[in-house]
Amino acid sequence: MVLQILFIAIALAGVALFSYNLKKVIRNIRIGKAANRTDQPQKRMMTMVKVALGQTKMFFRPIPAFLHLIVYAGFVIINIEVLEIMIDGIFGTHRVFGGLGALYNFLIASFEILALGVWLGCAIFLVRRNIIKLKRFSGVEMTSWPRSDANYILITEILLMTAFLLMNAADAKLQAMGAAHYTAVGSFPVSQFLMNLLPNTEGALIAIERGCWWFHIIGIFGFLNYLPYSKHFHIMFAFPNTYFSNLEPKGEFSNMQSVTNEVKAMLDTSFTPPEPDGSKFGAKDVNDLTWVNLMNAYTCTECGRCTSVCPANITGKLLSPRKIMMDTRDRLEEVGKNIDKTGNGFDDGKSLIDTYISREEIWACTSCNACTQACPINIDPLAIITELRRYAVMEESQAPASINTMLGNIENNGAPWKYSPADRLNWAKES
Amino acid sequence: MSEQLNFEVPTMAELLAKGEEPEILFWVGCAGSYDERAQKTTRDICKILHHVGMKYAVLGTEESCTGDPAKRAGNEFLFQMQAMTNIEVLNAYNIKKIVTGCPHCFNTIKNEYPGLGGTYEVIHHTQLIQDLINDGKLKAEGGESFKGKKITYHDPCYLGRGNGVYEAPRKALEVLDAQLVEMKRCKSNGLCCGAGGAQMFKEPEKGNKDINIERIEEALETQPEVIAASCPFCMTMLRDGVKLKDQDQNVQVLDIAEITARANGL
Repeated sequence: MVLQILFIAIALAGVALFSYNLKKVIRNIRIGKAANRTDQPQKRMMTMVKVALGQTKMFFRPIPAFLHLIVYAGFVIINIEVLEIMIDGIFGTHRVFGGLGALYNFLIASFEILALGVWLGCAIFLVRRNIIKLKRFSGVEMTSWPRSDANYILITEILLMTAFLLMNAADAKLQAMGAAHYTAVGSFPVSQFLMNLLPNTEGALIAIERGCWWFHIIGIFGFLNYLPYSKHFHIMFAFPNTYFSNLEPKGEFSNMQSVTNEVKAMLDTSFTPPEPDGSKFGAKDVNDLTWVNLMNAYTCTECGRCTSVCPANITGKLLSPRKIMMDTRDRLEEVGKNIDKTGNGFDDGKSLIDTYISREEIWACTSCNACTQACPINIDPLAIITELRRYAVMEESQAPASINTMLGNIENNGAPWKYSPADRLNWAKES
Repeated sequence: MSEQLNFEVPTMAELLAKGEEPEILFWVGCAGSYDERAQKTTRDICKILHHVGMKYAVLGTEESCTGDPAKRAGNEFLFQMQAMTNIEVLNAYNIKKIVTGCPHCFNTIKNEYPGLGGTYEVIHHTQLIQDLINDGKLKAEGGESFKGKKITYHDPCYLGRGNGVYEAPRKALEVLDAQLVEMKRCKSNGLCCGAGGAQMFKEPEKGNKDINIERIEEALETQPEVIAASCPFCMTMLRDGVKLKDQDQNVQVLDIAEITARANGL
């Protein structure tokens, strides 16, 4: 009974703490400006099903896609087992679904095979990151925290799977010994091979079985609460992120309505523009971005597919689309902490541009959309880069000199080069 | 195959004076109008239109920059000024259908003008060529033979990834009976030439390589006789790359329109 109360207390605390932190994250995302991403619900749903659930964009790189799929399927399906653990924990039962008979055996067998798959997948991921040292996982933005974060996630998953398999092995052995409460249910295709490694005394086996059970469930609640601090948040945010992703052609940049009003007023003196809402042109800081941009930042799992295809990054420039996303999240987190402390998020003398993202980075972008194409969950670093450029150009008039020359030419001659508009048809006349 | 056009290029103003309307407006673009190399492509597009007897016109001196480089550089004001001025001209001529000689103009007019009051059917010149081939109006005969020649095609970002046009330019090359070899990074995974996002008009940031060199090395790996382009900016970047690699004697960089015109002896 004491254990049941303890279990319920841990479960409630785990869920409460997570809700508290999630609420803060949602508050932070709401700092962003409005963006209409609720049109075409059917198409959005399809995109989410295909891209997030079906992981179609992952398969552009088949090896990590396959490993990721196993870990993902394992994560989702083994959660059915967590449901059993929850019920057992609350009511003090043992393997409450055991009554399902053959179906239960099949489920447990599937969980075991998946658990082994997850274990191996995570181990290979660790090797790729730490021994083979794939280039995609390095870069200026991959400082010690992002690297550790990735390793913590993989090690935790390995530990959870180990505990799950050891628990089953001890259970199976206890069942074979005919121990009280351990009725013979389940099928253990993987953990049967671990049985010989375990001690033979009932007391020790029960200690292992119970120990692993508690480790597994506390581990899961711990992991849940790690998400808001980690790149691993993508397991949740991948879904809304793909649902609300851009459905227009990638080449299309949004037209700024605030500018349209001013331009209309300039061209047509009878047009009275609505009162400007006081917001800036473009983005200096995270509150000038839209909530979609900010949700993108929380969704990024730092896989680096964007950066690995970025022409600027490939040729040694400072720009890295992954860094753009990580900087946006870091700045947003900082602003959130400022709000918690002082109520005002932005009076710390810092801003997304300059403090986090340099001018050199934003001007190195070719707007080629390789990054948005490569992202397996439709994150859009280019949208943020564009907003920062808009701020630099329209609020500060701080573009590279040659860009200013080009802009001046368009303004004066209607072409980015210094040619006379009168000569525009010369190609038809000369050889 | 003379460089000179042996026909007049009609302007919208001239057609209007005659009380006529064209089937399609050819939006030439700034590069196509002023850049010497791109002007050749422009003339070849006209030759193709003339050859198939399609009624077309250009805006001539009434055309102005779409505003694309201003928009990519972050100057939304200048973009919208250009866009609205152009839309006024296009709407005044009652334009319904536009073919562009440049993927950037194509993307801007097709995707970004409708929100500002300019809605047209917009195609890129490679799509026009594809349509003409499909309709049997254009073949590859009576001119230079590209049979068996190794051609690799570079996808412009704003045509390919930006708007999903991957097949039209390849269709134009298929009818040549040429040997089409793809680069490792092609179609949706294509590598930028380095000119997009207003990079064309500035020096690149510090790095260890220029993007067009990275791209041209990949193109040359396919050992092509022709590198096919369909964007005037890509054309500049690729030609510079080929020259820097000392391959301009062996490898030609040609626009899809030029290849089509040559294959038809235009």
